[in-house]
Amino acid sequence: MPTPKIELSGVSQEFEKPDGTVFHALDNLTIRVDAGRFASLIGPSGCGKSTIFNIIAGLQQPSRGGVIINGRDATGMVGGVGYMLQKDLLFPWRTVLDNIVLGLEVRGVSNQEARAYALPFLHKYGLGGFEHAYPSALSGGMRQRAALLRTLLYDSEVILLDEPFGALDAQTRSRMQEWLLQIWQDFGKTVIFVTHDVEEAVYLSDEIYVMAARPGRVIAHLPVPIERPRPREITLGRTFMRLKEDCLNLLNSFEQHAEAA
Amino acid sequence: MGIREKFAERFPVADVRPVATPTIPGPAGAPTGKPIASPIRLRRLPVERQWPAWFIVAFQATILLVGIGAWETGAKLGWIDPFFWSRPSAIFATMLTFFTAGDAMTDIGFTFRAAIIGFVLGTSAGTALGLSFWWSRNYAMLAQPYIVCFESIPKLALAPLIILVFGVGLSSKIAIGVALTVVVSTLTTFSGVKSVDRDLERLMYSLGASRWQVFCKVVVPSVLPWGISVLRVNIGLALTGAIVGEFIASQHGLGRAILYAGQTYEIALVWVAVLVLSMLSIAMYLGVSRLETVLMRHIKR
Repeated sequence: MPTPKIELSGVSQEFEKPDGTVFHALDNLTIRVDAGRFASLIGPSGCGKSTIFNIIAGLQQPSRGGVIINGRDATGMVGGVGYMLQKDLLFPWRTVLDNIVLGLEVRGVSNQEARAYALPFLHKYGLGGFEHAYPSALSGGMRQRAALLRTLLYDSEVILLDEPFGALDAQTRSRMQEWLLQIWQDFGKTVIFVTHDVEEAVYLSDEIYVMAARPGRVIAHLPVPIERPRPREITLGRTFMRLKEDCLNLLNSFEQHAEAA
Repeated sequence: MGIREKFAERFPVADVRPVATPTIPGPAGAPTGKPIASPIRLRRLPVERQWPAWFIVAFQATILLVGIGAWETGAKLGWIDPFFWSRPSAIFATMLTFFTAGDAMTDIGFTFRAAIIGFVLGTSAGTALGLSFWWSRNYAMLAQPYIVCFESIPKLALAPLIILVFGVGLSSKIAIGVALTVVVSTLTTFSGVKSVDRDLERLMYSLGASRWQVFCKVVVPSVLPWGISVLRVNIGLALTGAIVGEFIASQHGLGRAILYAGQTYEIALVWVAVLVLSMLSIAMYLGVSRLETVLMRHIKR
């Protein structure tokens, strides 16, 4: 078995609540994603998806367990992955182009060089003509494109996407999904994608980690045996439907279980 | 013809009925007919008709002229004592001599310089101090009570002390201006620092940015609008500082001119100096507003 690109082994996260009891946010979580794969995490709200990302990105120290990226321990280390949140977090005082080159700038590339490097990508991925616009002039979909390009141009091999399309309307969302698949194929990055939209997870991913809440844990790891490229029609196919149903059943059964407990 | 008939005539299709009065339903859900509020009344939306701009300007000019005229006539007729209040014609004459004979430009220049230097020093020091609190929460907590204490001191009460330390020259006027402006800038900038979007900082750190990079690329641009908002307040404060300094001890300046004229009962000269001071204040205010627009354009939101 080849070494995975990114590996979370036995990650637990506990917080002490104000009343002194311990809250288990994540319990013994293990996730492995191979290079160039697209993996999704789905689960109910409060299952700690964002905590996982903060731990992978090194913004948070797990109580136990560790993160291994490229075979090296990256627990609590920042800068190893590209991280994009639902909020696009574009800098309002920078133009789109200057926002996109942020990652390169942080890595010490001169502004001029970074811009020259980024401009073709901007044109290729549907932001042409907007390079000198400020984010406030952009639509929600455009802003997410800019935020994603910024994450990609940071040029880390692993990209974390935390519900990037959560705030978009259904039509924009499906267009963005196709756009994301195209860009993912072009760049060949390893992607971990968080969503609570099961259909989105199945359509985009190579593999799906289904999670349950309280404590946050992985309850199933499902491969998605659908070939790429994936035209929209596959969402009506039998494999797609069955997988989607499996995911929903898993989520539901654990939800009920949690409520009964 | 009643209002309903009139309405029906103008809008023949409209079916105008009296608006139902809300009632409390009885226990079985049947309305008891008892009203819980007075019947709904329709009102017209209050809208003020706007006067044309020229009319407003003309009106303003009229008020000014009538005011000056009343003052002059009042002084002539003895309703207003011109010994204490002077009169517009005398003020105008004194203004002419003030600008032609005396060393008006020296005084104006002195006050102007003191205010501007105090403004620049106080504002930049305060902004730098406020920004520095971003670097360490502990340091910010440590410094906070001192800043608040210094803010609560009426700084002008320290003016005599400042004059003793810095002498009667320009530096003491600048120092008072700095004392007045520095705290305002510090506190405002600190508020700005506290409101910096944490997620933007986290984003930068996740990209592997150093603290210095986060400071330059996130904190400073975020806080800039706060720093700019304080400029207008500070220019007024710096001018106040300069004048108070001149009141206490000085050889030049408009503040000294006012004090001197008051003590020698040259009330017309007091008014002249106050007018010139107002002009100076307006000029500096406009300058700062201009600076504000230019800076704001660069950090377009």
